[in-house]
Amino acid sequence: MRRLAGVEDEEKWLAEGIAGIQHNAFFMHRALDANNLREVLKYSALMLSELRTSKLSPQKYYDLYMRAFDELRQLEVFFKDESRHGLPVVDLYELVQHAGNILPRMYLLCTVGSVYIKSKQAPSKDVLKDLVEMCRGVQHPIRGLFLRSYLAQVSRDKLPEIGSEYEGDANTVMDAVEFVLQNFTEMNKLWVRIQHQGPGTVREKQEKERNELRDLVGKNLHVLGQIEGVDLEMYKETVLPRVLEQVVNCKDELAQYYLMECIIQVFPDEYHLQTLETLLAACTQLMPTVDTKIVLTQLMDRLSNYAASSPDVLHEFLQVEAFAKLSNAIGKVIDTQIEMPIVGAMTLFVSLLTFTLRVHPDRLDYVDQILGACVVKLSSVPKLEDARAMKQVVALLSAPLEKYNDIVTALTLSNYPRVMDHLDDGTNKVMAMLIIQSIMKNNSCISTADKVEVLFELIKGLIKDLDGTDTEELDEEDFQEEQNSVARLIHMLDNEEPEEMLKIICVVRKHLMTGGTRRLPFTVPPLVFSALRLVRQLDSQGGDITGEEVSATPRKIFQILNQTIEVLSSVPCPELALRLYLQCAEAASDCDLEPAAYEFFTQAFILYEEEIADSKAQVTAIHLIIGTLQRINVFGVENRDTLTHKATGYSARLLKKPDQCRAVYACSHLFWVDDIDGIKDGERALLCLRRALRIANAAQQMANATRGSSGPVTLFVEILNKYIYFYEKGNPHITPSDIQSLIELINTEMQSDDNGNRRIHSDPFFTSTLRYIRFQKQKGGVIGDKYDLIKL
Amino acid sequence: MVLVLALGDLHVPHRAADLPPKFKSMLVPGKIQHIICTGNLCIKEIHDYLKTICPDLHIVRGEFDEDARYPDTKTLTIGQFKLGLCHGHQVIPWGDLDSLAMLQRQLDVDILVTGHTHQFTAYKHEGGVVINPGSATGACSSINQDVNPSFVLMDIDGLRVVVYVYELIDGEVKVDKIDFKKASTSTSAP
Repeated sequence: MRRLAGVEDEEKWLAEGIAGIQHNAFFMHRALDANNLREVLKYSALMLSELRTSKLSPQKYYDLYMRAFDELRQLEVFFKDESRHGLPVVDLYELVQHAGNILPRMYLLCTVGSVYIKSKQAPSKDVLKDLVEMCRGVQHPIRGLFLRSYLAQVSRDKLPEIGSEYEGDANTVMDAVEFVLQNFTEMNKLWVRIQHQGPGTVREKQEKERNELRDLVGKNLHVLGQIEGVDLEMYKETVLPRVLEQVVNCKDELAQYYLMECIIQVFPDEYHLQTLETLLAACTQLMPTVDTKIVLTQLMDRLSNYAASSPDVLHEFLQVEAFAKLSNAIGKVIDTQIEMPIVGAMTLFVSLLTFTLRVHPDRLDYVDQILGACVVKLSSVPKLEDARAMKQVVALLSAPLEKYNDIVTALTLSNYPRVMDHLDDGTNKVMAMLIIQSIMKNNSCISTADKVEVLFELIKGLIKDLDGTDTEELDEEDFQEEQNSVARLIHMLDNEEPEEMLKIICVVRKHLMTGGTRRLPFTVPPLVFSALRLVRQLDSQGGDITGEEVSATPRKIFQILNQTIEVLSSVPCPELALRLYLQCAEAASDCDLEPAAYEFFTQAFILYEEEIADSKAQVTAIHLIIGTLQRINVFGVENRDTLTHKATGYSARLLKKPDQCRAVYACSHLFWVDDIDGIKDGERALLCLRRALRIANAAQQMANATRGSSGPVTLFVEILNKYIYFYEKGNPHITPSDIQSLIELINTEMQSDDNGNRRIHSDPFFTSTLRYIRFQKQKGGVIGDKYDLIKL
Repeated sequence: MVLVLALGDLHVPHRAADLPPKFKSMLVPGKIQHIICTGNLCIKEIHDYLKTICPDLHIVRGEFDEDARYPDTKTLTIGQFKLGLCHGHQVIPWGDLDSLAMLQRQLDVDILVTGHTHQFTAYKHEGGVVINPGSATGACSSINQDVNPSFVLMDIDGLRVVVYVYELIDGEVKVDKIDFKKASTSTSAP
């Protein structure tokens, strides 16, 4: 059983090889110093024999090669100087061919050849041709590759390129190209052969070796790219076809992939553009295992950058119909490589889209076309489950969003929603969130009902439960974030034209109503406020345009609002609904629509009575009711009476006495509105204050009874402030003595409790209230006179 | 010099999508020592955002706030000043200066900050100063039809406070300032 070479073995062989080279080099140098040609040739051949080894891996062989290379440089100097060895170069060229083994013979020949070309005693092309053909004698892959690499190195500055000293009638650029192409072809053949040697167990090792060698082959392409005089014409007619021929025919996966990459990197982008068809055709002819996607992606990336480099370049793209060609090639690749997983196809589409967005951003039809091809491909699989493929589709859909900051543009792509349909529910929502974020980031405004319809179709994963989803599974925080995003989105839908705006509102409403009870508390409020904004806009514009059939009227909108808020009862969220009803009531009042306003108040009151049981919630709710009602001036006497009566009744029936007290004195403002036309029923306002006082007294007595001491005097001081408020406003039913009595009452309460102990020394609130009275006294005028009547 | 940001009534996402970009770029973290917020954010995201501007956040409950745990009123001392904070829907009639003055006396503060009307005001009355920073997002209000986004920055320095009001009018940020001086260190003068 043959033991595989270990690292230690290789180190040993390398060391031996190096030693061999050094040993012979020593004698060679002695011969060089003595100008002894025979000895020089003898020892140089011996030295070069070390390169005949087949035991070393490419990395190690390279080490050995470099040692020899350095020695050969000195040898070349010797060969060049005829005075030292006495032989004309033509004869020298003949002489070295007598070396025993072919490898040393060839290295010597190439070295002399270099001198020969420099001497210009023969046309460069002839010598080069001779050398490149004779190298055929070495068929061992590693040895052959390094030999030809040596040939390439020494010949590099001697190619008959344009402007070179070796150019002439007999030598042309074409000859240079021929030489390099031939060397390249032979090197590739050698390189590919490595795979076919040895049993399968060593295959992995060989692949590694192949990768280490690949730059030797690729270098030739670099040279081709640098030769002066290789223009587009020559590239198109000769260079590319020959290179591609070798690439395709070698039928080697590693070589094809590497060389295609090389071609794309090495040659100028304008060349690629002009030879696009040829390049793409080659791509479709590669071995099925080659990752053509990456090759095509690299090509498209380079072309994208090229397009971005200058605007003049763009017409070239149009002229060669770049998009059509790329699109067709990609289609062909996807169709022929049926085993290609879906993620591969998607990656290709993403690359093509990136290219299109950079090169033809204005061609929405191209973008839509790509999306269409994507839809076709996605339809061919029953269900998309590969997470990576999903990611690519998301990238595909995100690209137009990022490019066209205006979401409206993406909305016009007919295939966009179709692609989204193929996403699984989770990814669909991710995409929907991305769409909303894009709108928010760019401050986009979507202004027609049609576009809103398309948009809400796209984000339907957030709007409602899609088949198969279970909203219970979703993390609470994530769900709230989703719904809040939808809520924010609603404010980006706007049109100054009321008719269109109403249409938008109706479209949104239609979609939101499918959301289910979990979503409504988030989505209904922004819809309501959006509608209220429209109402106020209509109101300020000056009412109905008589004679015209308009559907956008406040009355109509309030009907819609009523129906919308009603839906919240299914959740249920009565507190929110109550607040919304009150907002609508105030808006209706401002529009002079008494019945609508009354209806909204009725709904609010019903909710208060039937649905809001929590005491704290009741306190807030009643204050909102009182506060709103206080501002409303549309009601006739009867309606107003009914509502205020109800409000005061609720206030008195709150659970805790202090809450009752405060709500009741708040009601006093229902009977006194400070406007010019405002109601000013001083008597009923005072009645409220007196009632509040009674409640405050009762509260004190309760505190005495239950705790043995009085409560704080805050409530009394608050009521005192209210007395002062109305007194100052001119309520005729409030007298200075009323105020004085109240002040006395407070003093009494503060001074002692049941046991006659001095309790509260001072109350800052009371103190500052008295201070206020004194301040007003000093004012002079009507106010001053009024306050003067109050004796402290 | 202590900088206090006063703002509120953002109503996100009920009535507005977000703060105006021009305001957001001005509200840089680390420049402000305290934030007092009149409420109606309405959602936690806004709370978190405000916290990034300044961790010392004081907030009271508005009637639309998602978090019901915010207090109805709050008082705090900054430098020589006692500040009071209340959303204002509890004080009826809404926006009435005299009724707000009563609340100020009750809380025993030099500066009372309230909201609810979405209209910037800064009044000096017998008992002190009442400031309403308006709505930071320009959210619509039933009380005030024409709302420009606004917020207030107070510079408290010794016995003096300079109130800067920032308003977004027709796309431009306009600044105005008002000076207030306190008479002495004790708040309840006999």
